Amino acid sequence: MISNADQIFVLLQHWLIGFLPPVLRPVAAVLLSAVGIIAVFPTLFALAVWMERKGLARMQNRRGPNRVGPFGLLQPIADGIKSLTKEDIVPLSADAVVHFMAPVVLVVVVFMGIAVLPIGRNMTLVNMDSGLLFFFAMGASTELSVFMAGWSSRNKYSLLGAMRGVAQMISYEVPLLMSSVAVVMITGSLSLDKIVAAQNQYTWGLPHWYIFTPWGLAAFVLFAVAATAETNRSPFDLPEGESELVAGYFTEYSGFKFALFFLGEYVGMLSISGLGTTLFLGGWSAPFSILGFVPSWIWFFAKVMLSICVFIWVRGTLPRMRQDQLMNFAWKFVLPLTLLNLFVAALWRILGDGWQRWVVCSAILLLTYGLMARIGMYREHIGPRKYRYAE
Amino acid sequence: MSLIFYVLAALSVAGALAAVLLKNTVHCALALTVAFAGLALLFLQLDAQFAGFAQILVYIGAVAILVVFAILLTRGSETPKDGVYSRNWPVGLVIAACVFAVLGWAVLHSMSALPQGTSAVPVVTVLDIGNALMGRYVLPLEIVALLLTAALIGAVIVAMHEKERPK
Repeated sequence: MISNADQIFVLLQHWLIGFLPPVLRPVAAVLLSAVGIIAVFPTLFALAVWMERKGLARMQNRRGPNRVGPFGLLQPIADGIKSLTKEDIVPLSADAVVHFMAPVVLVVVVFMGIAVLPIGRNMTLVNMDSGLLFFFAMGASTELSVFMAGWSSRNKYSLLGAMRGVAQMISYEVPLLMSSVAVVMITGSLSLDKIVAAQNQYTWGLPHWYIFTPWGLAAFVLFAVAATAETNRSPFDLPEGESELVAGYFTEYSGFKFALFFLGEYVGMLSISGLGTTLFLGGWSAPFSILGFVPSWIWFFAKVMLSICVFIWVRGTLPRMRQDQLMNFAWKFVLPLTLLNLFVAALWRILGDGWQRWVVCSAILLLTYGLMARIGMYREHIGPRKYRYAE
Repeated sequence: MSLIFYVLAALSVAGALAAVLLKNTVHCALALTVAFAGLALLFLQLDAQFAGFAQILVYIGAVAILVVFAILLTRGSETPKDGVYSRNWPVGLVIAACVFAVLGWAVLHSMSALPQGTSAVPVVTVLDIGNALMGRYVLPLEIVALLLTAALIGAVIVAMHEKERPK
């Protein structure tokens, strides 16, 4: 059941390439797909910024942007033009070359990470055997850009922000990787296409997404926590905590370089949401087999934007953590749980098909999480929750 | 030897040279990262996907960051006035030349050890590497994994008991 609407971009690409001599076709195909990615994701970035400003405003009893275009929808364009026309200020004592390179490195690396994501059926720009590894390799490279920006600015706040940022990203990269390894263990492949294909099966019209398994749910929650920290989003936004560090590592950036950092951050958010979607939410597969007629790429982008909404919701809800809490949380809480989850995923694989694995894996996870909650409450001297109403 | 190889080789060598010759230590570390990236791309050019990505993940993602952290946290990134060159750099040059000579000799002589006539490079996919690690080399892998996990848990435990909770 592969309709034309599903493959519209693939067909479009083939049609456009058809005009070229055969020698140029492979190059043109790659270029076209790259142009597609470079066009689509900044558009989504603009949409995400608009959603974030509107959503946060609603949560804070404000109206948000409502002057440019209907519902303020054209606000990102106005912002873009504004940042283009602004003066580009480089501090006198800054390291000019590194200062210039930092946003470039960030944006390049972030866009390269997107290249391996299966955006739709037959719509992976680079279908690698080890796509997941490539994605994480690119993700690890963004830390360098954060450091370059913070160090080259010759500003205490920038440097502090960069140190915080790098420390945080290194710490949360471990649980991020570990929670994804569970998926690799079950699928038996590092290829993101194969991971999606493994989830694109239906029983009684319901999908085989990994989030609907005990280990998958646990891994997804841990992955989401680590991804939030990895993208420096609230409540883990210490590297750019505006009440403490002005804007963290990009304090000394203005004009379009600032916009590039902004772009890099949001596209990073989109790409890690895309990875989470691919690993746990079935990628481009439909949530019910009846809905299979809807084009696959719509499902992918719908899931990504839904994740962005959750990011915004969390940002509007939770207060910022303290630095020591952040580190303790990563190494003493999230990391052991990902290790346990690896064990559970291995059990899931060993027990084979059947109902036993559901019982055993759920029991292990529920018992651990329940016990940890109890012990934590006992240690912190928190009794059962009490509700106080207006007295 | 394609054009891409020469570009990548030039990139790696330039990065490595810059890492040695630049005055500012942080610049040196960043130049070293360029050399690492060049090496990773060389691996990729040789169709060694796993080695290439592991190189990026480990060297650029972890080792380079560790290096810059170490520089920042220990001496500060300020350049000393009399430069960073050691007085006995000729000795270092001789040692480096010797190491390079040994490596070059080993590489050049390994050509004869290769079976003749099999010019086609065997295609090694990530799947093959995984199968080899899980099949033939499972014991060394498990030992290394156990060691690393023990180190990880040990580090967490060391950090966990930093202070007793006041009652």
